[in-house]
Amino acid sequence: MELTKRRPRRHHSQNEQQNIAYLFILLPVVLLLLFAAIPIVMALFYSFTDYNVVEKPNWVGFSNFAKIFKDEYFFIALKNTAIYTVLYVPLGLVTSLGAAMILNAHHKGTGIFRTLFYLPVLASSVANATIWYWLLNPQYGLFNKILGFFGVNGPAWLYSSKWAMTAIVIMSVWMSFGGNMIIFLAGLQGIGPDLYEAAELDGATAWEKFLHVTWPQLSKTTFLVTTQLLIGAFQVFDQAYMLTKGGPGNSTITLVYYIYNKGFGGLNMGYASALSFVLFMIIFVFSAINMKLNREGE
Amino acid sequence: MKSLKKKKMVNRILWYVAVTLISLTTVLPFVWTISTSLKSGGEILGGSMNIIPKHFTLENYKEVFATMPFLNYLKNSLILAVGGVLTNLFFGGLAGYAYGQLHFRGRKASFMIFLGSMMIPGIVTMIPTFMVLRSFPLMGGNNILGQGGLGLINSYWAILLPGAAGAFAIFFMKQFFEALPRELGESARMDGAGEFKIFWRVYLPLAKPALTTLGILTFQSGWNSFMWPMIVLNADSMKTVQVGLAAFQYNHSTNYGPLMAGTILATLPILILFIFAQRNYVQGMAESGIK
Repeated sequence: MELTKRRPRRHHSQNEQQNIAYLFILLPVVLLLLFAAIPIVMALFYSFTDYNVVEKPNWVGFSNFAKIFKDEYFFIALKNTAIYTVLYVPLGLVTSLGAAMILNAHHKGTGIFRTLFYLPVLASSVANATIWYWLLNPQYGLFNKILGFFGVNGPAWLYSSKWAMTAIVIMSVWMSFGGNMIIFLAGLQGIGPDLYEAAELDGATAWEKFLHVTWPQLSKTTFLVTTQLLIGAFQVFDQAYMLTKGGPGNSTITLVYYIYNKGFGGLNMGYASALSFVLFMIIFVFSAINMKLNREGE
Repeated sequence: MKSLKKKKMVNRILWYVAVTLISLTTVLPFVWTISTSLKSGGEILGGSMNIIPKHFTLENYKEVFATMPFLNYLKNSLILAVGGVLTNLFFGGLAGYAYGQLHFRGRKASFMIFLGSMMIPGIVTMIPTFMVLRSFPLMGGNNILGQGGLGLINSYWAILLPGAAGAFAIFFMKQFFEALPRELGESARMDGAGEFKIFWRVYLPLAKPALTTLGILTFQSGWNSFMWPMIVLNADSMKTVQVGLAAFQYNHSTNYGPLMAGTILATLPILILFIFAQRNYVQGMAESGIK
């Protein structure tokens, strides 16, 4: 008797719960449609048109994509982005993992040093870039002053097409390693001390302990960090915009910067949309490769 | 035994040397920035490497406020960052609670779509999102078909609306809520409490630590964001601190004193937040990383 009485009520409340749940997610879903789903479809549509904001879009088929593969500046931007990625991802990985391993030691003041390492992550990319713009000033900047102290004649950094991208990479690594360091620290703290004790009993050196315990145990964390580094690297914009405006001699124009210039600068929305899909594909392919490498490593 | 002790001692000294050197690379640029911001123009370009200014001056800070409406920029940034925090905490919390605690059809699938949306490169949706905002009907001089005016461009909504309930906030709050026992809600339901009341009175108060962390992360990303505000807020009266600072750097590229003063002012709010909420900060960074 009790049971039969309860069941319909429960059923009713579950139904009600379902409707309430839909209400709870309603606004995020609407916003997702409005600012992610619809824009993706629109971007895809634009990429097959000559849309320029002022006039109505005309269908042009694949001609935007065909144009991309003949676009000299696209390849310059692609090359610059590739250089940035090839330098930034490994450097970002090594510095953040290295810093995390150093801070994983139990010495007095670890907390303070963790905060100090983290400091650049707090400031905006604009603020950090402005600081570096000053540090890298060839004549008065701290960088070349310190180099001069050691008798080295520092390069013109941001004013040199040879050094500008290197400078942007150094600055980017500097401003972001603290964040990934925290993620690695959490990963390191999850490794059981018994694993290290067992390795020590086997007479493992510090390097062997890293290779056979730390690195395999961190594979999930490393995968996460590399994924974020890769996705970030392919979309680098702020630093290049702030420090060099893509120059000198287009040596720091990146893909996102080029898309920004084409779309919001030149109002070639159709072409810019096509470019953005090419970038999307590149990121997708590299994320997939990264995922495969990670799986094989396990 | 003695040599082992000695080795430990050497290790410890090496450790302190290493962390001090790394800290120097992260801290010195900021110290140098503060130092430059307090020096006179002549001293800055004079070439000496002293950290303590010879002639301490606040001129650079005065110039920041004199050459651009910096207070206004600060106000805009504050409204946008705080607005983003409030909407993300509320709507992210509400949706995160629904995904973490309630049963409904399509729960898994729709959550995966939210997660997937985080993978889309921002630049892909930027152009169409700009168009969606520009053609908002009946806003910013637009007619009912969304034509004729600027829509939501150059208004706070252009930032607040697309970012009001980010996928990250939903994901973050879901992780937290699904770890809480369901019995809390069940017993409140027995007592006849409505679903919203259960969320608001029973579960949300328990989520204070998660909300704090999410709030801090959202504030920082809102305060520091640059590209999107630069695109959608181009009227001078609407500019944020970051956009204003970037424009200032462009127009006064060799005026290092005021430039550094502006940088310090733009970073100060985040620094203050960090000092007050350091524990949540680092914890949040780690949590958001472990997905």
